Amino acid sequence: MIEPGLYHMLFISAALFFIGVFGFFTRRNLVTMLMSVELILNSVNLNFIAFNKYVWPDRLDGLFFTIFVIAIAAAEAAVAIAIIINLYRSHQSIDVENAEEMKY
Amino acid sequence: MSGSTFIFYLLAALTLVSGVLSVTTRMIFRAAIYLLFSLIGIAGIYFWLQYEFIAAVQIVVYVGGIVVLIIFSIFLTQQTGELLPKQKMGRQLFSALAAFCGLALVMLQLAQHAFTATSNKAIAPTVANIGNQMLGIGDRGFALPFEVVSILLLAAMIGCIVIALKSKPETTTT
Repeated sequence: MIEPGLYHMLFISAALFFIGVFGFFTRRNLVTMLMSVELILNSVNLNFIAFNKYVWPDRLDGLFFTIFVIAIAAAEAAVAIAIIINLYRSHQSIDVENAEEMKY
Repeated sequence: MSGSTFIFYLLAALTLVSGVLSVTTRMIFRAAIYLLFSLIGIAGIYFWLQYEFIAAVQIVVYVGGIVVLIIFSIFLTQQTGELLPKQKMGRQLFSALAAFCGLALVMLQLAQHAFTATSNKAIAPTVANIGNQMLGIGDRGFALPFEVVSILLLAAMIGCIVIALKSKPETTTT
């Protein structure tokens, strides 16, 4: 095993991103789709931190981007869960296949 | 192989394995718990990189906030002990293929690109440095994005309350 560096971080980040994409494609339940989105956002954060640590350690910009992404992700999760609970109240289900009145 | 390297690979394995389990398990509550472990693994990687502040924020916001919110919404919307419906084989196969092709493409691009690190003196990501820059209004200050994000959080909070508000029986037109 070699000493971990930038490419290891980027591999973890890319793998986590595509795990999230896979989950987003296969899941049909809104809560599990939200979980996949959280995985994708976390992979982006890890990318920012890795570049900040290994390529531009003289600045803190990547760290600030991560902080703002975390704040926006928290707001997004709260709004998404409010919408999911509202949808459950009107449809008794949070499956995306059952919520298609506005589709056509 | 040093202990630090071993810990890194352990954290990476924890993150990726629990991430895969989180998107493939058919029990929704277990999916949330696997997501929790994946996020803890990422916080561990931040600790390993010596970005302690980000690791603490990750644990507080994601593990302590978002996962708890997700578990609450599972309790509110799912019947206990019910498995998620099985997906079509073709859809799973093509999703896995698309994800794998994307990963292969990204890794090929990365392998062809060499990143050259800057030779300037590194800034330690301490809380004092982060705080000074976060509220600085001069060069490289982040005071304006900070204020914009605080307005966004306020708007999201009000929006959540409005969306999840129970409408009264006589105003059913909403």
